[in-house]
Amino acid sequence: MNPLDLLIAPLGYDFFVRALIASALVGVACAIVGSFVVLKGMSFIGDAVSHAAFPGIVIAYLIGAPIILGGAIAAIGTALGIGAITRRSGLRSDAIIGVLFAGMFALGVAIFSSIPNYVGDLFHFLFGDVLGISAGDLLALTLLVFGLLLVLRLLWKELLFSTFDPLGAGAAGLPVRRLDDLLLILIAVTIVISLQAVGIVLVVAMITTPAATAQLLVKRFTAMIQVAALIGVSAAIVGLYVSYSLDIASGAAIVLLETLIFLLALAFTLIRSRIYAARGAAKI
Amino acid sequence: MNSEINAIELIDVTAGYGDRAAISSVSLSLAPGSLTAIFGPNGGGKSTLLKCIAGLMQPWGGNVQVLGAAVGMHAKRVAYVPQAEQVDWSFPVSVGEVVMMGRTPALGPLGRPGAADHAAVSDALGRVDMIDLAQRQIGELSGGQRRRVFLARAIAADPEIYLLDEPVTGVDPTTQEKIMNILDAEAARGRTVVATTHDLACAAQRFHDVVALAGRVVAHGPAQLVLDQAVLEKTYGGHLVPLAGGGVVLLDDPHHSHGAHEGHE
Repeated sequence: MNPLDLLIAPLGYDFFVRALIASALVGVACAIVGSFVVLKGMSFIGDAVSHAAFPGIVIAYLIGAPIILGGAIAAIGTALGIGAITRRSGLRSDAIIGVLFAGMFALGVAIFSSIPNYVGDLFHFLFGDVLGISAGDLLALTLLVFGLLLVLRLLWKELLFSTFDPLGAGAAGLPVRRLDDLLLILIAVTIVISLQAVGIVLVVAMITTPAATAQLLVKRFTAMIQVAALIGVSAAIVGLYVSYSLDIASGAAIVLLETLIFLLALAFTLIRSRIYAARGAAKI
Repeated sequence: MNSEINAIELIDVTAGYGDRAAISSVSLSLAPGSLTAIFGPNGGGKSTLLKCIAGLMQPWGGNVQVLGAAVGMHAKRVAYVPQAEQVDWSFPVSVGEVVMMGRTPALGPLGRPGAADHAAVSDALGRVDMIDLAQRQIGELSGGQRRRVFLARAIAADPEIYLLDEPVTGVDPTTQEKIMNILDAEAARGRTVVATTHDLACAAQRFHDVVALAGRVVAHGPAQLVLDQAVLEKTYGGHLVPLAGGGVVLLDDPHHSHGAHEGHE
């Protein structure tokens, strides 16, 4: 088979095209919220929220409710709960996150393990199954990306100020806490809608890795979001092909590619700073 | 504005973190156009006091009035400059973007920066001598330049009240001179300036008034108070070491570990 066929042949399958579009949309959505997550030092929250969605998904499955709705309620509840408990308890947020993350996931596992018959559908939420994505999921992803872009467009300068300097923004009268809650809700919704594609275990990488890579490479927040989105989309598309031709899990393929890009960017910046240091030394 | 109304008025304010009160029963009136330094030991509540005035902390008790109204009512007329350690200097944002943040609150959620806003930003950058650095990422700046960017952001907001947490800590003498000249000019045109500081020489020479704070207000009066041995003894307690010949020397840690700790809570 010639290399071009390798690219074109899968496009003959509807499910593959759907998966390609879905992965690209997930890549963009995760890169956008991920840029805020990375700059606010909240990567751990992403992990907690994705695991916290699990009991909501299992319960929704059991009672026959929309699975995304169940996951969203559990995830948003946990995300806002982390903020509220941190403000009131005097404990550090990483401790609260650790507690809620484990507790919610255990609840999901407990209910999950009590289901007597085959629950293959639910396994997909743990590890992701982008090839099994439905037209409805695709619509939800499209709306999510448009929603995120709209929020960025409307509230960009407020989000920039309150993310960079919450104290200065709060003193000047910006509703910092409500903006924080909005971000948490966006993170939770993005995670839940992305779960179908990449799974609970790997979604945090989709959020963190492209944004962290972008921060290594550029010096403006807008550029960081754009580069993160570019990395997210390219890794999703290439990863899906890799997954298809090597027959490995799609979520894992995408995340491994993103990790590889991160390591390359890291090596690039380290070498670049060495060269600058050497040039600086040469001048003296 | 009516000069009879104090710019800042605290009545019996108590505030703190967890179960530890950082300031207790603080009452303080600052007039419009005053230029006041708050000094005192680490953990004496300097940053806490500033945060109560800025509306960033809810006092446990007492009442804070800013520009004649409850805290927050006139937030857009207040500019707060945090301590340098509380800023993420690796944040991907340029000098110009930071200064434009000063214009954000007045623009409102749907407003977009216009010609007047860009002019205000250039103006503010000009006053701190940083026009040439507008495109720099903030992490590439020196310590003194970092303080000046935040001062420029405050200037761009054109506030009635400046609240500055350690604006001259860790900066070179030239930058300190520049910053103080600007604050002095702002006070001279009726703006109220309140700054915390560890630098007693700067407090004595460049501010009009000082507040000695050690959990409570030890003294509030003209700047010469920082040279008053009785005030210093009451403010710093055991950190004063008597010298032969009758003088004293202050052993104060300029790294204000308490200030940094407060910032995380």
